[in-house]
Amino acid sequence: MAAHNLKHALFCAIITIIIAYPILGLNLVAQGTSVALEGATTATVINVFLAAVAVFLFQLFRDSIMGVFGKVPNLNPMAKRGPISQERRLLMERVFFVAIILLALVWPFIVSRGAVDLATLVLIYIMLALGLNVVVGLAGLLDLGYVAFYAVGAYTFALLSQYFGISFWLALPIGALLAALFGFVLGFPVLRLRGDYLAIVTLGFGEIIRILLNNWTTLTGGPNGIGGIPDPTLFGMEFGRRVKEEGNVSFHETFGIAYSGEHKVIFLYLIALVLAVFTLLVIRRFMRMPVGRAWEALREDEIAARSLGMSRTAVKLSAFTIGAFFAGFAGTVFASKQGFISPESFVFLESAIILAIVVLGGMGSQVGVILAAIAVTILPELAREFSEYRMLIFGAAMVLMMVWRPQGLLPMRRIQIELKEQG
Amino acid sequence: MLEVQNLSMRFGGLLAVDQVSVDVREHEIVSIIGPNGAGKTTVFNCISGFYKPTGGKILFQGQEIQGKPDYKISRLGMVRTFQHVRLFSKMTVVENLLVAQHRHLNTNLLAGLLKTPDYREREKKSLERARYWLDRVGLLEMANWEAGNLAYGQQRRLEIARCMVTEPQLLMLDEPAAGLNPAETKELDQLIVSLKEDYNVSVLLIEHDMSLVMGISDRINVINQGRPLASGTPEEIRQNDDVIKAYLGEA
Repeated sequence: MAAHNLKHALFCAIITIIIAYPILGLNLVAQGTSVALEGATTATVINVFLAAVAVFLFQLFRDSIMGVFGKVPNLNPMAKRGPISQERRLLMERVFFVAIILLALVWPFIVSRGAVDLATLVLIYIMLALGLNVVVGLAGLLDLGYVAFYAVGAYTFALLSQYFGISFWLALPIGALLAALFGFVLGFPVLRLRGDYLAIVTLGFGEIIRILLNNWTTLTGGPNGIGGIPDPTLFGMEFGRRVKEEGNVSFHETFGIAYSGEHKVIFLYLIALVLAVFTLLVIRRFMRMPVGRAWEALREDEIAARSLGMSRTAVKLSAFTIGAFFAGFAGTVFASKQGFISPESFVFLESAIILAIVVLGGMGSQVGVILAAIAVTILPELAREFSEYRMLIFGAAMVLMMVWRPQGLLPMRRIQIELKEQG
Repeated sequence: MLEVQNLSMRFGGLLAVDQVSVDVREHEIVSIIGPNGAGKTTVFNCISGFYKPTGGKILFQGQEIQGKPDYKISRLGMVRTFQHVRLFSKMTVVENLLVAQHRHLNTNLLAGLLKTPDYREREKKSLERARYWLDRVGLLEMANWEAGNLAYGQQRRLEIARCMVTEPQLLMLDEPAAGLNPAETKELDQLIVSLKEDYNVSVLLIEHDMSLVMGISDRINVINQGRPLASGTPEEIRQNDDVIKAYLGEA
């Protein structure tokens, strides 16, 4: 046992040195026109060495250290409670949703403009994550290119407004429907694949869309993106200082209040909030409808589902399309919020983050996904003080999360349909 | 109603099923028996569309169905069970029956989102049908249990009920008595006969349990090493020398 530990610990320490030394120790320094490689300073070498020793010691005494952790009394007060009844759980979920929506309604009026902006972003991620939750959590299809549909929604609005002067409200359903259509068309050939293969093909799709946007310069402006995307209006009232479009009036003049840039931010936030609540409720309803049961049935046992007359393609396609639809929603809001979009916003990392939200929250669980969306969007902002290390902290937090709670923050508990006693 | 003519299924160099013919008429229980590895389940998989047969014809209600996708065949009114129970084990018992009725329920999404009266009516009906069949197979008390928590014999019955809510004309059972004790087998025996008598369902059965097969079958087909060996009434099969040599004698 000890010998095995020693070998393992040595191995880990050597790996630490191999990884840490080149990354931290070697620097590229510009010398005139050429670039030279500079060796590590003594301090760095000592630090890397100390880190290796720390890793070595931890691995050597790993069992006893973890044993001590195990003896710490369970910190989670909920751990020992038995399962609660479905009615109570549904009630609690409902209370949670109402509370968080109320808080969200008051939020823009008590915090700074920056915080409202961040909250809008949180809401966009909530929409995205709830949409992807249908595909990954409920239907069990691993989609690594989800950001493509987000991009379709955003670019639909941007292009329509640029070429046809179409407003936000008209672009919103068009963007969502077009994203859904993309989901449908792209889903058709790939959904006979499963598991890893599906993941790779969807990853490819995500990249194809991004590269297309990047290179179709005549239409999309390529890497320069599209700017000047109009803000949403409220019954024809604009939120700018001056009215841009003829026939519109401005919000502050109509109500006789002083102009403030905050009005627009808050208005956009409220739109995002309404759409996020809409997304939540619609998907929640879907989960209890036959189509929701079909998703779960196909995920649980595809062969049995097929033997009962379920078309694998139709069921998977419906999940894919509905997921894409809500991504299109989120994309339109995003375009409007930013006022400028470019392919930069739709890289693979976005897909990965949305997927991380779903997995962290607990696949299939709406409450969990909402909490995770809030956490994942806000944490990097809070960790800004750590500047370049914040992504490192983010990554470490995810690893720890998966080690201690692989099922996610709040694992999915199915909403079951009960057969009542006949009255 | 079901006619299988000279069915063949080849996997690479292995001819798993060779020129097998089976027919099932209205209101009949037909069994397929044979030693392990004889190709019985392969025949089932071909009929239900999970495999694409490499030769032969399958006619259901006079319509050629060989090579059609499995879900379409199931929608024509022939539903199967599996050798190893395949339930949606995380769902409740009653939900298993609701999933099976998705075809009767699957109206457009909008109707479901808005809970139109028509949608409510359909949902109510499917719950009623589920209740009826749960009562029929004696699982009403467990309606809200997770299906995975049922005892094995109960799971078997739930699987049959799940087929029956789709209102099939032909029920295909793959070793329904496997893993059941004698009392449970007897119950199953009665259930299968009553499905035929009360609901006018024809049954195609694969089974090892000889007492069950001989007791309820109208006709029996024997397969050995992928080839048809004999067919006839239980009496004829009992006296067939080839069958006794290949199968009954060994057992």
